[in-house]
Amino acid sequence: MILLNEILSKYPKEQEYLIEILLEYQTSKKNHYISSEDVASISKYLGVPESQVCSVISFYSLLSMKPKGKYVIQVCHDVPCFVNDSTSIYDKLVEILEINDGETTKDNLFTLEITECLGRCNEAPAMRVNNLVYVSLTPAKVEKIINDLRGEKK
Amino acid sequence: MLDRMHILICGGAECKESNSVELRDLFKSEIERLNLGDDIQTALTGCFGLCALGPHVLIYPEETLYSGVKLEDVREIVEQHIAKGKPVDRLLFKGEFDRKKFRNRSELTFFAKQTRIALRNCGVINPLDVNEYIARHGYEALGKVLTTMTPEETVQVMLDSGLRGRGGGGFPTGRKWQFCANSVSDKKYVICNADEGDPGAFMDRAVLEGDPHSVLEAMTINGYAIGADTGYIYIRAEYPLAVQRLELAIGEARELGMLGKNIFDSGFDFNIELRLGAGAFVCGEETALIASIEGERGMPRNKPPYPAVKGLFGKPTNVNNVETYANIPVVYLKGADWFKSIGTEKSSGTKVFALGGKIANTGLLEVPMGTTLREVIYEIGGGIPNKREFKAAQTGGPSGGCITAESLDTPIDFDNLIALGSMMGSGGMIVMDEDNCMVDVARFYLEFTVEESCGKCTPCREGTKRMLDILNRICEGEGTMEDLDVLESLGKMIKDSSLCGLGQTAPNPVLSTLKHFRKEYEAHVIDKVCPAGVCSNLTKYVVLDNCIGCTKCARNCPVGAIEGKVKEKHFIDLDLCIRCGACKTACPVNAISTKPESWGAM
Repeated sequence: MILLNEILSKYPKEQEYLIEILLEYQTSKKNHYISSEDVASISKYLGVPESQVCSVISFYSLLSMKPKGKYVIQVCHDVPCFVNDSTSIYDKLVEILEINDGETTKDNLFTLEITECLGRCNEAPAMRVNNLVYVSLTPAKVEKIINDLRGEKK
Repeated sequence: MLDRMHILICGGAECKESNSVELRDLFKSEIERLNLGDDIQTALTGCFGLCALGPHVLIYPEETLYSGVKLEDVREIVEQHIAKGKPVDRLLFKGEFDRKKFRNRSELTFFAKQTRIALRNCGVINPLDVNEYIARHGYEALGKVLTTMTPEETVQVMLDSGLRGRGGGGFPTGRKWQFCANSVSDKKYVICNADEGDPGAFMDRAVLEGDPHSVLEAMTINGYAIGADTGYIYIRAEYPLAVQRLELAIGEARELGMLGKNIFDSGFDFNIELRLGAGAFVCGEETALIASIEGERGMPRNKPPYPAVKGLFGKPTNVNNVETYANIPVVYLKGADWFKSIGTEKSSGTKVFALGGKIANTGLLEVPMGTTLREVIYEIGGGIPNKREFKAAQTGGPSGGCITAESLDTPIDFDNLIALGSMMGSGGMIVMDEDNCMVDVARFYLEFTVEESCGKCTPCREGTKRMLDILNRICEGEGTMEDLDVLESLGKMIKDSSLCGLGQTAPNPVLSTLKHFRKEYEAHVIDKVCPAGVCSNLTKYVVLDNCIGCTKCARNCPVGAIEGKVKEKHFIDLDLCIRCGACKTACPVNAISTKPESWGAM
């Protein structure tokens, strides 16, 4: 695991790098979140109040102070995906993962989220798992993706 | 050495996932296996458009377009086409309509009707190799500007070209540059807005993935024109492939001296950095974007002062979007008069649209301003599939409105769309047919705005929520006629009093559907019926006469509301039915309908 200090040392001590730092660190962490201890270290390094760091994290939907699963699944629910039946994709995920929007599975493997447009409207419906986008989904395809990811763990 | 043949494989994100990298590697190894020579190049390019039919392979010099190419097809293409010059008939791209096969890419209506300026290199060059960009006149415009023109002349060309911002508002780019050039300051900035977030629009992603250098070149020209030495590209973290290709392109440009100190020995310095957006739609608004680059919450502020006077870190800043920048090198190469000769009088040039929804050819297309919606939908888009009727096209995403069948022949430009109660927006165009409920569509867009409102100003934060409450009521069958009037007056108020563009345009989808489809709203309110059969509380599930009695619906019904014998028509008990739609999905012969006209058949 990459230490926060390693990431911090790459950036000048300016507030303009706050979001970059948060994104990079969160992506590198297994459970994809910024803890209150992390907030304290970042605040100290940049010389920005902790309240300010928290306020930035709470504003952006990609940043989180709550631990998430190893795989964060974001289902696009905007109009182009919706008219191509993204609801059935979301419902399938709810069914097989047994969690709802914003929740994490008990084994800490998956977090399910609804997201805004992923820019893949021409091959809707789409969903993102960490940094990979899957397109032209069907409920059967979703089931296979989840099974493959579950298999990867073993 | 010149290459004898080029094999271009679409490396756009869609095709990439259907294994374009493996395709390329296989082409390479097959060519080696048959010892066909090292003057045959293979490359991954940016998006070709026509994404639904990918992955595509384009072979030069004949310009042969193959579609839906699978790994097992590669050997045949190499053995037949590359080695013997005989195109593989069965893999040639087929037209959506007449199933005619096309040998040559420019024969296709999809491409023949287009004028590609912003997308000129997408799908034509390898975005990972700056030399291919240079071979297509890349960085010539920058050289011309830096060595033969003064900054004032550079701004003047932009003014003369009449280019208007492609990100949504359509503000003249030259005037923006002029304001910023006139601001006196020791430091100025150029920002490229790549925070594309409109549902249904993905042209910026296509340009950044397919032709990143065009944006870098244009930003450098922009910096020279206004006197800035630093540029930022603010790009969504949701576009990892675009980020990766931009990073690579910036590195290449630095190595060649197209970025950095003393570019073209002109004494002009310019550098570009990337900044990632963290998932907030409102950051597409320029003042919010600036706040976000500064490491703050991305909330808009009052204008004036405009960014051209007081922008990033309090310094004069010029913000343009990706598609605008992609046009700019060509404007300087071919001249303002040439650019002005394309399009309409007040909207010069072309516009890229992302065509989606109920349409045969989904994908990106670029047409001269002034092209009619009919040409876009029926000629380039290939019409509505499944013999359905065109109902409306939504342009401008959550900020725009819908265009109806009566306006199919209106030439599309910035001003005409506003006159129709919609707007150009970033160019998303979603086609709807009779199966789409307009009230539901409006509600959907509003849900998006409510979710994305930053919460700073009251009209947007509270007003859009109240409008959504009303629409939810209407869709559930509890709306009143008074609600429709409230929607209208509330919408107008939010438009007038919101702080930024997001709030000022948020009511558009509702106001425009109210204007064009008031009858559909009234059917929801008065008759308690959803004519498109979408809103579940206002619809009934009915089995039609073409039921084959396969019992699938009865077996899938979670509440046991369907009865019927094998091989006989089934019936739905509407008192038990919970309108989940499971039967409709399960039916193999489309014998379950939610359309009011079929209700008599009960």
